[in-house]
Order: sequence, then C-alpha cells, then structure tokens
Amino acid sequence: MRAMVIVKATKNSESGVMPSEKLLTEMGKFNEELIKAGVMLAGEGLHPSSRGKRVVFSSGKKLVVDGPFAETKELIAGYWLWQVKDMDEALEWARRCPDPMPGEDATLEIRPVFEAEDFGKEFTPELRAQEDRLRAQIEQQRSS
Amino acid sequence: MSAEGATRKAIESVWRIESARLIGGLVRIVRDVGLAEDLAQEALVTALECWPELGIPDKPGAWLMATAKNRALDHLRRKSMLERKSTAIEEDRATLPSHATNIEQAIDEDVGDDLLRLILVACHPVLSAEARAALTLRLLGGLTTAEIARAFLVPEATIAQRTVRAKRTLAEARVPFEVPRGAELAARLPSVLEVIYLIFNEGYAATHGDDWMRLELCDDALRLGRILASLVPDEAEVHGLVALMELHASRARARVGPSGEPILLLDQDRSRWDRLLIQRGLVALARAESLAHPLGPYTLQAAIAACHAQARTGDETASAATYS
Repeated sequence: MRAMVIVKATKNSESGVMPSEKLLTEMGKFNEELIKAGVMLAGEGLHPSSRGKRVVFSSGKKLVVDGPFAETKELIAGYWLWQVKDMDEALEWARRCPDPMPGEDATLEIRPVFEAEDFGKEFTPELRAQEDRLRAQIEQQRSS
Repeated sequence: MSAEGATRKAIESVWRIESARLIGGLVRIVRDVGLAEDLAQEALVTALECWPELGIPDKPGAWLMATAKNRALDHLRRKSMLERKSTAIEEDRATLPSHATNIEQAIDEDVGDDLLRLILVACHPVLSAEARAALTLRLLGGLTTAEIARAFLVPEATIAQRTVRAKRTLAEARVPFEVPRGAELAARLPSVLEVIYLIFNEGYAATHGDDWMRLELCDDALRLGRILASLVPDEAEVHGLVALMELHASRARARVGPSGEPILLLDQDRSRWDRLLIQRGLVALARAESLAHPLGPYTLQAAIAACHAQARTGDETASAATYS
C-alpha cells in the first residue's frame, strides 16, 4: 500500500524560517534511509501558505483567497509518499523521522492513499472515459 | 487493539525494516548465513519478550543489533576456544587478545556492504533459481516461510526444506563473503536480477481471486530492485530491471476486468495506469540508458514497455516504437 505522510505546519514554517543545517543533514540521512529501503516514492517540502492561494467553493460560487491562511496547525509544510506493507510499517518509519520542527510541537500525519479499487462502483466506466478525454486534451495542449 | 497487540504489530514492522540489515551485519561477523539468521531470530525473540514490558526502544534496530552481536560474540569466543583446545594448546596463546580485538573491530566495521553481501550470497549461482528466490525473500524481504509458501502456492514444508538446503549448500560450497568489485561484481549481478524478476513475475501472474500474498510479490520484488539500485547505482541493468518492473506494475490494475478476466494491453483502460510508477519507470530507464553501452536485455525490454506507457492509445505506440 501507499501512505502519504504529511508534515503539519508550525508557526516557524509558516513564517518562512528555513530549517537549520543540522536538520537538513538529519533529514537528508533519513530520506537516504527511506530510499535505500525502497520505501520512498516521492516527497517535497512546501513554501509557507503566504505564497499559496485557495479556491473556495460556496453556494455555487467560486472565490479566490490569497494566503496566508490562519489555521496554522491544519496546514501542510511538506509530504512524503511511501510504499509500505501496512500502516504499522508506515508508523514505524515515521517514528524514525528526525524532529521536523525543533523547538516547536510538530506532527506527522499518516494517511493511506486510495487505490482505484477503493472507489468501487462509484468509479464508473463513464467516469473513466471522462478521465481519458481529459488526459487526451492535456496531451493535445502539451503538443500544440 | 490492546497495548500488547499494538507492541506485537510494532515489533513485526521493526523486523520487516531491520531484519535484512541485522542478518547482513551478522553474516559479516560469523560468515555463516544459517547462523546469522538464527542469531537474528534469537534477538527477535528477546525483543518479543522484553518490549511489551519495557516499551519499544528509541532505536529498535540498534537494540536488536546489540543483542544479536552479543550472542555472536559469545558464539565466536566459544568457537575459538574449542578450536584452540582441539589444536596444540601451546599454539599462539599470546595471540588471544589480538584475536578478541579483531572480533570487536569486525563488529564495528562499516556496514555499507552488508546488504549487498547478503543479496549476493542469497542469490549465489550455486543455488537453483527457486532456492535463491526463497532465500532472498526470507533474508532480504523479511517474509516468513509460511508467507513465501502461500505466495508460491507450495506447501510450507517445501519452502522450509528449500531454505535449509540452500543454506547448507552455501556452507558446503564455502561461498566467499567478500563483496566483489568492478567486473567481478557485474558478473554476479545477472543471477540476482534473474531472481528479483522471477519474484516479480510470480506476483504479476497472480490473478484476481488469488491470495493477496501472491500479488504482494510484485511489491516485494520492486522493493528489492529499488534497494539494489541504491546499493550499486552505476550498474545499468539494475536500473533497467527496476524500470521494467515499475512500468509493468503501472498497468497491474488495468489488466484485470471486474470479474477477474484478463484484459490485453491494447484493450486496457489507460486511465487506470499508475502515472507515478510510469514516471519512476521512465526515470530509471533514462538512468539505465545513460549507463549502458550497449543496452542490456532488461533495459531493452523496459524501453519497449516505455513506448506503451507513453502512448495515449494503442495506435500511437507503434509509431513511437518505430521512430525511437
């Protein structure tokens, strides 16, 4: 299974404080360990929400909201995508992560990624066909 | 889940993460695959006894390694004592301290090669491909004998016998534990790649109604391939095999219909292909192509798979293949 491991934002990460060299080194080592174990599929760090934007859907209207966003603890500072046997293995790897926000309370949240099978009958042949059409359009835009 | 149940699950995960490194480190010290595995298992049993009470240590891998190494040291001391008794007693009594120091040193040596050594030994050409596959899944994949048996659709006793015999063969053939370099290393890799691909195909051949253990062989093989690629990053064919497996795996979901019937490549719903795996496959393929002169068989197969993976429709595949 795949798991997304989300690093929750903190006051420091939201105000653009960059990680120390020590943390970068430790994180680099941890990432290397993940890669060497064949676990890490992808991972990125994110800029503070002050550089982000939101599109809010409300009562049939779409509203664009510029960052920063208030609810710091609910925001995301980075993520990994891991290939693991089960949630227990993901948990065990997460326990090995260096403290991502030294000096602050930090949270890693582990969420299983949906497999296509999980959608069951909601993901109808029509929906798949629609996805196909969309992909075709994207490809067309890319080549034109 | 009870606290004890949770600890047990955590220990299982620790084992999955640490067992290969643990056994690899022990093989370096005791130079015997069977003994190394026994010592690692003993450390696991100790953990199962201690951790539910003491809690899981901060560095569970280091804890297991320290426990297993102590046992390894005891074993080596006992063995060298026996050997000395059986040879002339007056012989090199003076060298005893230095011998003990060597053991301590050996234990603290750089562990970078441990995994590679373990893979090469488990996939040694003196063993049959099936024996290599069973041993590799057990020593490097952290699978139990029962799990391997279920995945390969054979009785558990068969796999147990196979691994026992394989370990005996390795001991009898006095397979060297030095990690080869350069051309010698390259010459050993085909027998490793063959085993990883065999494991992958065993999983890929599994059908819808099959035991999930069989399907998971694909994941196990991919993981082994990715590990190997990080151990020998300059070997083209390793990246070629990883690319081939990532690209095949990207189609795994699309090749079976709702009632388990197989769907041929050209009829597959391409929106069900896994874009992340395709991307990873293409990156691995580029790596392989940049290293290979000429392209090896796995890289070539991966290049063909990539033509399919990049084409939006079956018709486009043909032209892509012609021009590349």
